[in-house]
Amino acid sequence: MKMDNKGVLVCGEIAGGKLAPVTIELLGIGRKLADELGEDLSALLMGSNAAGLGKEAIAYGADKVYVAEDSLLDDYNSDAYTQLVADLCQKVPPSIMLLGHTDVGIDLAPRLNGRLGGGLAMDCLALALDPAKFLVSTRPVFGGNAHAEMVSKSARPQMATLRPKTVPPAERDDSRKGEVIPVEGKVDPSALKVKVVDRIKEEVEGVKLEDAEVVVSGGRGIGSAQNFEMIRELANVLGGAVGATRPACDEGWAPMTVQIGQTGKVVSPKLYIAVALSGAIQHIGGCLGSKYIVAINQDNEANIFNVAHFGIVADYKEVLPALTAKFKELLSA
Amino acid sequence: MNIIVCVKQVLDPEIPPAKFKIDPEKKEVIPPPGVPPVISVFDERAVEAACRLKDKQDGKITVISLGSEKAAEVVKHTVAMGADEGYVLNDEAFEGLDSFGIAYVLNKAIEKIGAYDLVLCGRQSADWGSGQVGSILAEILGIPVVTLACDIEAVDKKLKVKRIVKDGYEVVEAPLPSLVTVSSELGLPRLPAGMRIMIAARKQVPVWKAADIGAEASELDKAKAHTEVTRLTVPTRKTECEMIAGDSPGEAAANLASKLAELL
Repeated sequence: MKMDNKGVLVCGEIAGGKLAPVTIELLGIGRKLADELGEDLSALLMGSNAAGLGKEAIAYGADKVYVAEDSLLDDYNSDAYTQLVADLCQKVPPSIMLLGHTDVGIDLAPRLNGRLGGGLAMDCLALALDPAKFLVSTRPVFGGNAHAEMVSKSARPQMATLRPKTVPPAERDDSRKGEVIPVEGKVDPSALKVKVVDRIKEEVEGVKLEDAEVVVSGGRGIGSAQNFEMIRELANVLGGAVGATRPACDEGWAPMTVQIGQTGKVVSPKLYIAVALSGAIQHIGGCLGSKYIVAINQDNEANIFNVAHFGIVADYKEVLPALTAKFKELLSA
Repeated sequence: MNIIVCVKQVLDPEIPPAKFKIDPEKKEVIPPPGVPPVISVFDERAVEAACRLKDKQDGKITVISLGSEKAAEVVKHTVAMGADEGYVLNDEAFEGLDSFGIAYVLNKAIEKIGAYDLVLCGRQSADWGSGQVGSILAEILGIPVVTLACDIEAVDKKLKVKRIVKDGYEVVEAPLPSLVTVSSELGLPRLPAGMRIMIAARKQVPVWKAADIGAEASELDKAKAHTEVTRLTVPTRKTECEMIAGDSPGEAAANLASKLAELL
C-alpha cells in the first residue's frame, strides 16, 4: 500500500465565474471525510480566474486550495485537465479524490484513474468511510436495479464522481482560514492531441429541464413526433419542461438533450408526469427525486405505477387533452 | 481504416424489475431463466458507428468481446450488422476482473490483432456500468481518447467527433489512431439484413484464452484488483400509487388535475 497518499482532494469546477454547485457539495462531503480521517481537505481550481475563487473554496471548507491559472484551462479540455490534475496528484498524492459526475467528471475521472492507477467509482449516490477508514462509494449498477458499494483496498487515490444534488452543499463560513497555493508549471500545448473545434448549445425552448418545477415526459408509447405535441402543450400550460425516455429520443420525437435517465438528465421537480412510458429502471433513475410522480399508461402492470404517487390507467390520448384543459381552467381561475 | 470495437454481452436491461434478482452473498446478479443475454446497448451503437464509417470508405471492422463462450452470439450479431471478424476472449482467469483487468485483457487482444486506426467502445456497460474501461484502455494503448460520441466522421486521416455535453454538444478533432467511446445519442443501430444474417450464421468466432494473447497471470491476479464490490443490494422503492378513477378517461384526468392543483 502506498502510505504517502494523504488527505482529500476535491477537483473543483468553475461555472459562470463562480464555484459550480456540485463543487460546493463536494467540499461539504469532502470536509466530513477529511475530519473523520484527521487529514486536510484540498481543492483544485483551474482557469485564468481560479485564484479569485480560492478564498471562496476556503470559506466552504478547504484547508488548501491549489490554483492553476492558465488560459488553456478556461474551458474543459480533456488532455489539458488530465495532464494538470495528474501532475498535481503525483506531487501531492491524495488518499481520496472527488469529482462531480458532470460533463467534466465523466470524462476526466476515468482518464485520471487510468493514468494514476487508482480505484474509481462513478456516479456515486453516497460516500462514507468504513471502520478501516477506506472510502466506501455507493453507486447504481444494472441501470439502477441494484446499488453496489465499492472499496479500493490498496489502489490510490480512492476516487469517486458524485452525482450532483445528492448531498447538501457545504455551509459558507468566511472566517475560515486556509492557504491558496499556485500550481507550478503550465499545460504543455504540444501534449494536447484532441482539439475542441466547436461548442454548440442546443437550447430547448422554455424552462430549463433541470430548473423546472414540473416535468412532463413521454415514452415509446407516444407513438409519433406529432403526438409528442400533446406532451408539449401540457408542459406549457403548467409552465414546465418536456422530458423524454431514451427510446422516444432514439425515435427523434424529442431532442436528445431532454433525455431523462441514467445516461441522460437527472431531474427532481415538484411534479413529474410520466406519459406512455413503461418505467424502465434506467429511466426511473432520472426522476425518482421528484416530489410527486404521476403515471398515465394503459398497461396497469407497467413498472411506472410502482414508483408513482398517482396514476390513471387509460390511453394517454384520451387523458391528456382533458388534463391540459382542466389545468388551464384551474390555473386561470 | 482498421476499426476495433469492444463489445460486452449483458443481462437484458429491459427485463421487468420484478425479475431482477441478486445473490447478496456472492454479490452477483442471478440471470432470470429464459431471458437471453444481449449486446450492451452502448456497445451496439459503437458497432453502428463503425459500420457508418465503413459505409463511406474502405475499412475492416474487428470485434472483440470479453465474456463467456456464449459471447460468440453477440459477436455474430455484430457480424450481421457489418463487422468483418470477431473474437471472444474467454478464460477462467478473466472472470471477475475489475476495469483495469478488463482493459489489460482488451489491450493484449488488440496487440494480437495488430494494426488499427480506431478503437471504439460503448460509453459504459449496461450492467455494471463502471464507465471507465475505454479511458483506461486508451491510457494503456497510449492513444488519445474522446468520450461520449454521438457522431464520428473520418476526414483527411483525422477524426471529427461530435460528443454529448449537458446542454448540447462539442465538436472535436482527434488524430489517428484514437479511442472513442460511443453514447446512445448516436442513434439506432441498423437491423441486419438477410444476406448478412446468413454470413454471420456461418462465421467462425475463435475463442482466445489468456495464453493466446499473452495475458500474464500476475496481471490477472484478483488480489491486485483496484476496486472490489463489498456489498450489493436492491433498493426498495415501492410507492403506494393512488389510482384516479372517473366515468371516462377525460373525467379521471379532470379529477387528477384538481387533486394535483390542491397539492402544489
